[in-house]
Amino acid sequence: MPPLIKTLALAAGLFAVTSAGAFTLEEFKFDNPQQEHEFRELIGKLRCLVCQNESLAASQADLAQDLRNEVYKMMQEGKSQQQVLDFLVERYGDFVLYDPPLKRSTLVLWFGPFVLIGIGALFMARALLRKKKAPDPGLSDDDRERLQQLLAGQGGKADHSS
Amino acid sequence: MSKSLRFLLPLILFIGLAALLVYGLGTDPSKVPSPLIGKPVPQFSLPDLTDSARTVSTEDLRGKVSLVNVWASWCSSCRAEHASLMALSSNPDFQIVGLNWKDDAKDATAVLQMSGNPYAMIAYDPDNKVGIDWGVYGAPETFVVDQHGIIRYKQIGPIDKTVWDETLAPLIAKLKAEG
Repeated sequence: MPPLIKTLALAAGLFAVTSAGAFTLEEFKFDNPQQEHEFRELIGKLRCLVCQNESLAASQADLAQDLRNEVYKMMQEGKSQQQVLDFLVERYGDFVLYDPPLKRSTLVLWFGPFVLIGIGALFMARALLRKKKAPDPGLSDDDRERLQQLLAGQGGKADHSS
Repeated sequence: MSKSLRFLLPLILFIGLAALLVYGLGTDPSKVPSPLIGKPVPQFSLPDLTDSARTVSTEDLRGKVSLVNVWASWCSSCRAEHASLMALSSNPDFQIVGLNWKDDAKDATAVLQMSGNPYAMIAYDPDNKVGIDWGVYGAPETFVVDQHGIIRYKQIGPIDKTVWDETLAPLIAKLKAEG
């Protein structure tokens, strides 16, 4: 394939990819930037139920577009953020919220890691303190003399050169 | 802490974690549980797919146990499930009501003509107006609705023999006994 065609094909491919990513959000019209900001914030707080690791803002799934439309429609009707969130939680459950809510059932999820770190730190602290409490007894006087002799090279067979 | 306990504690903790892992491996985290269990069916009214003069609504789900089956012609698992539904359609204990979801009427009708129609009636929801109210996030999904219009169970994924034997048949028997 001639190089010009290759370059054009590559450019067309790049354009196609970037425009596909942008088009779904462009179709929503807002009266003012404040509204648009609220909308984007709200869809960032909601989870796409198909691509479950993505928020509604990021997901390209068909259902995500349906839900964005629903959020947009409700905002145009004047519903508050909390009303939109409640509407979706009522139908899909807590999982539709991108951040798990702080409830009795999610306490382990939120605080579990800190508790585990705390327990680990406790064990570590005890291990370190135990080491401190048993200090080195040091050498007795006899041993000290023998050490001197050995270091001076007398009575010792530790010399390799002989 | 006694010496033997000190040695055993990390092992005990590890066994605990391993047990948690084994349990977790048996669950499917992508299945989203429905908050509608135990609640009445959401109000809806949609045209029937096969007869546009007719309407399918909340009232049709009262008086008899219903399996509300969400399906579409583009959904391959729904085709796989179709044979099970055809086999179940002759069961007098319940009716199978279809919710044709985000689909094209022509394509949906073609599937029924080709593979048979297990549904007593089919609500046509091409724009996902009603699906959102039911918390539908994929196909196939099947809701078990009792005689009083209360949602009792949501099956996520196709109905096969195991699902029928282990979950749906006992539930429907129970609902029939409740009367």
